Amino acid sequence: MFRSEKIIRRHGLAREKAVAGYICALPWIIGFLIFVLYPTIASLYYSFTYYDGINPPTWIGLSNYRKMFTDESYYFNKTLSNTIFMLIFDVPICLAVGLILAVILNQKVKGLSFYRTALYIPCIVPLVANSMLWMWILDSRNGILNGTLRIFGIEGPAWLGSPAWSKPALILMDAWQTGNIMLIFLAGLQGIPQQYYEAAEIDGAGSFYKFTRITLPLLTPTIFFNLITGCINVMQLFVRAYIMTNGGPQDSTLFYVLYLYRNAFTYFQMGYASSLAWILFLIILTLTLIQVFLSRRWVHYEIV
Amino acid sequence: MKLYSPNKIFKSFFAYIILLSLSLISLFPLFWMIITSLKSPAQITEAPLSFIPRPIVWRNYLDALTRFPFLNCLKNTVYLVIMNMLGVFFSCPLVAYSFARLEWRGRDFCFILLLSTMMIPFAVTMIPLYILFKNLGWLNTFKPLWIRAFFGSPYYIFLLRQFFMTLPSDLEDAARIDGCSSYGIYWRILLPLIKPALIVVGIFTFLNTWNDFLGPLIYINSIKNYTLTLGLQYFQSGGYGTQWHWLMAASFATISPIIVVFFIFQRYFLQGIVLTGLKS
Repeated sequence: MFRSEKIIRRHGLAREKAVAGYICALPWIIGFLIFVLYPTIASLYYSFTYYDGINPPTWIGLSNYRKMFTDESYYFNKTLSNTIFMLIFDVPICLAVGLILAVILNQKVKGLSFYRTALYIPCIVPLVANSMLWMWILDSRNGILNGTLRIFGIEGPAWLGSPAWSKPALILMDAWQTGNIMLIFLAGLQGIPQQYYEAAEIDGAGSFYKFTRITLPLLTPTIFFNLITGCINVMQLFVRAYIMTNGGPQDSTLFYVLYLYRNAFTYFQMGYASSLAWILFLIILTLTLIQVFLSRRWVHYEIV
Repeated sequence: MKLYSPNKIFKSFFAYIILLSLSLISLFPLFWMIITSLKSPAQITEAPLSFIPRPIVWRNYLDALTRFPFLNCLKNTVYLVIMNMLGVFFSCPLVAYSFARLEWRGRDFCFILLLSTMMIPFAVTMIPLYILFKNLGWLNTFKPLWIRAFFGSPYYIFLLRQFFMTLPSDLEDAARIDGCSSYGIYWRILLPLIKPALIVVGIFTFLNTWNDFLGPLIYINSIKNYTLTLGLQYFQSGGYGTQWHWLMAASFATISPIIVVFFIFQRYFLQGIVLTGLKS
């Protein structure tokens, strides 16, 4: 009697928990269906159609995907080469700056929180306001950057007005805003057991040796995490390209998402824009899966 | 006993010099924004750059903020921040609680689904959502910019779930014996315990809403509904692009609330970056 009552009660509890579980998760389940699953499938469908956003989409098979390499190949290649330029230069430079800042901050100095705040602050400035600020700093005639260079007798480039210097100008901006990367590196550095350094010191290891043989190898997962997130962010660079240069001069800052945005909301080529979105999705998916796969392996090594 | 060697003193002195100069470089562009915002137009184009505005032109702020409908944009942005915060605070902890503390069939599958939605770039869902909101007649309204907050955001749900998982189950068990329901446990016991995590989520929601540009750019098309970021961009592209003193004044006015919030919640802020950063 007592036992079966207990079973019923336990059963009742499990039931209550399950019902409550569904009810509590309901907002996300509904949101997932309407705002994630439906748009993702619709986007895939649109990518195989001609769609101007007003008339119903018409099926055109793989034409949109072919278009990237034929009619639109100039713009498509341009966005790819611009984006690859940023992947090759912007991501490693920001990673290096963030790592150097983190290593310096990780020394036992007084007033750490002041320096950390000072170095982090650029990251909280909204991209739009930041774009305004840097357009002024990089202004070729009255900007402070060229003004400073002039003191040293150097006539600076036109920065955002020059096809050759527009991307380096954006990289300069990014290097100023490495606070997030720095904080993640700092957390990674603080996770390295102090004994390793002590053991190395007993063996008479110098700072450089400690950095290259202990810090860097143990920081690999963090470096890789920052690398992948950096790549994903660079591939979705939009706001600054839209505000500061609007893709110019001579399409030198026409980045992937700006090109996609233009096709969708300026030319109303919603079908083509969707196919661009899916290519981006596949690239990001690949990068993320590499990250997940490799981080598993690293965790495994650490346990061993 | 530990003695400081001259080498060590030199090294730490060197570290201070480097840190101080890096901090200055880091803060300088913002100072430059404030300095420019207080200069007269004549001083801005002056050949040797001066770092002190003479005279200090406070009027720049008044002039800039009336030329760009600052108060109206501020009102719209604050409205969006409030709606998004309400939405996030309603949905995210509730869903996170369900994933962390309740057992239901398909939960783990759903959780993996939730994590994988983080990988979907905004560009993929952007077009169908635009069409969806257009068909609902919601273009040029604020609804597309806050409605999704009420259905949870994967990052925040994940973050809060991790917090719920760390709480001990003793309290919950005791409440169960007293006949407390799952909802009661959530509302009266667990929710108050995850306050620090809720603050982190609140700060990020505030920041992301305040700074959002692409969302308003797509959905809003009349000046009366502009947010601050959209208004600022409109001000710049609408003929004031080289009026640097006004542009800097408007920019600084836009970012000053963020700087205030940053200093009030700094501790949570920096924690939050690391927490969300190390999510994987």
